[in-house]
Amino acid sequence: MKIVVAIKQVAVRDSQLRIAASGQWIDEADLAYEINEPDAYALEAGLQLKEAHGGEVVALSAGPSRVAQTIREALAKGADRAIHIEEDLSSADPLATCRLLAAALKAETPDLVLTGLQSDDLGYGQTGPILAELLGVPHATIIMQVEKSDSGIRVKRELEDGWFQFVDMPMPALLSIQSGFSKLRYATLMGIKKAKSKEIRRVAAADLSAAAAPTIAFDRVYLPERTKRTQLFEGSPKEAAAQLVEKLKFEARVL
Amino acid sequence: MNILAVMEQRHGQWHRMSFETLAAAQQFAAQLGGTASAAVLGRGTAPLAAELASRRLDKVYAVEHELLGEYTADGYCLALRQLIERAQPSVVLFPHTYQVRDFLPKLAARFGRVAVSDAVSHRIENGRVVLVRQLFQGKVNVDVRFLGDGPHFASLQAGAYRADQVAEGTAAVEAFAPQISPDQVRTRPQEPFRESQRAVDLGAAEIIVSVGRGIKEADNIPLIQKLADVLGAELAASRPICDAGWLPMERQVGSSGQTVTPKMYLAVGISGAIQHLVGMKGSRTIVAINKDANAPIFEVADYGIVGDLFQIVPELIEAIQKVK
Repeated sequence: MKIVVAIKQVAVRDSQLRIAASGQWIDEADLAYEINEPDAYALEAGLQLKEAHGGEVVALSAGPSRVAQTIREALAKGADRAIHIEEDLSSADPLATCRLLAAALKAETPDLVLTGLQSDDLGYGQTGPILAELLGVPHATIIMQVEKSDSGIRVKRELEDGWFQFVDMPMPALLSIQSGFSKLRYATLMGIKKAKSKEIRRVAAADLSAAAAPTIAFDRVYLPERTKRTQLFEGSPKEAAAQLVEKLKFEARVL
Repeated sequence: MNILAVMEQRHGQWHRMSFETLAAAQQFAAQLGGTASAAVLGRGTAPLAAELASRRLDKVYAVEHELLGEYTADGYCLALRQLIERAQPSVVLFPHTYQVRDFLPKLAARFGRVAVSDAVSHRIENGRVVLVRQLFQGKVNVDVRFLGDGPHFASLQAGAYRADQVAEGTAAVEAFAPQISPDQVRTRPQEPFRESQRAVDLGAAEIIVSVGRGIKEADNIPLIQKLADVLGAELAASRPICDAGWLPMERQVGSSGQTVTPKMYLAVGISGAIQHLVGMKGSRTIVAINKDANAPIFEVADYGIVGDLFQIVPELIEAIQKVK
């Protein structure tokens, strides 16, 4: 089974964010980056499928040169090789990014393409379904489990309110993997050593001729105004706790 | 400017967010000086369409096909593409449900457009729609504008618009039969099921103490259980805690878990990702304990303490025991 996993590098989760002077994006100076956590689950799913059925896992990522670090980590965890589309896409729309991903995949003809459910930064949650449309393959999202079947694969989809559903589909196909799909593995020392000699194919966005006029634009990026006034209690933990309990008892009357 | 609301239903039951989308479509239309219409897709949609005939709408499209009986992304995209080509709406609105997340990006891509997903509000500027979205898990907002001609697409976050604001009136029902052949639908969905009967009904709890990532490891859960015990509360959690198996799935609050509205919701070590907030923001009193003063949970909290939960929770337990 040839599996491509699309991964994205994002600012680490507890980053203190500031708005860039342009007001069009966040200030990226001093930010630390990591793999988008939902994508780590897609990678894990890909590695498990390869372990069960053989084949190859190719990590695919688009972003500036710093993304190489996240790609190396994916290789260290067990991806066989990688494709890096070098382009700064921080606030790009998902269709523009997917056009690049699809163009880079043209020569690959994978059996399965896996993505995370959404990104921690832009949070569109669209890469999977758009990429499926551009690649002309069926897709399913919020996937908890993947099994091979006679005619392709059987996947377990999460629906709302605690419901699930099995879906049968042919391959090639695209799946967006649900976070929590399985426990995540760590890279081993051996894996990190091996990763150094694995292939990373670098592609320039300009060479993919996938550009198209954008259909949405960011007017302004800003910190949300507080609509609700939160009463914050300060002082030592003991003092803060005492003030909170006082309010809960006499103001909110919930104790 | 015609606005089309695509309603969600399953086996004749409306999804609860459908009427929020309908209310939004009416507001967009009124502000843009256009009309609002609604569409319902499925098999046997006539009763649902008839129900919409008493709302203030231009048209209600009953999009009917044997292959729309069970949801598939392929079937829905084929049907909606044909409907949109026929109805020519400028903006198409959807509730931001799991189902919409599954097919809307694909549908929009088919029109060469990007759907603005999970919008929380809108305003009209110079006759153009500006939508507000959240970035970085709710820490940052962005105003998004559509460029060029329609159709444009957006999905609306749960609770962003109020279902009880749908205006009554009349609407003409129009049946629409899309062309779909069985070989165009590539996936075969099976009957939905639940893993287990829910042992815990968080919806009935008066006080809920909920724990998130800030708890760091499973061994620390008993501290939060003790807090819940002294309050006589049910213990709940955000998604990552249940994913890790530290608490059972039936104790999860949020878009993939339960929606709760207790008298008090005490969030400990929960940053408040959108998916969690939609499940609890209707609670009467919300209390948050978190180390990050900028965490989105403080957007909805009435009371809060910024600090280390491992220092605060034991003091809180003691303070509660004193007054109880």
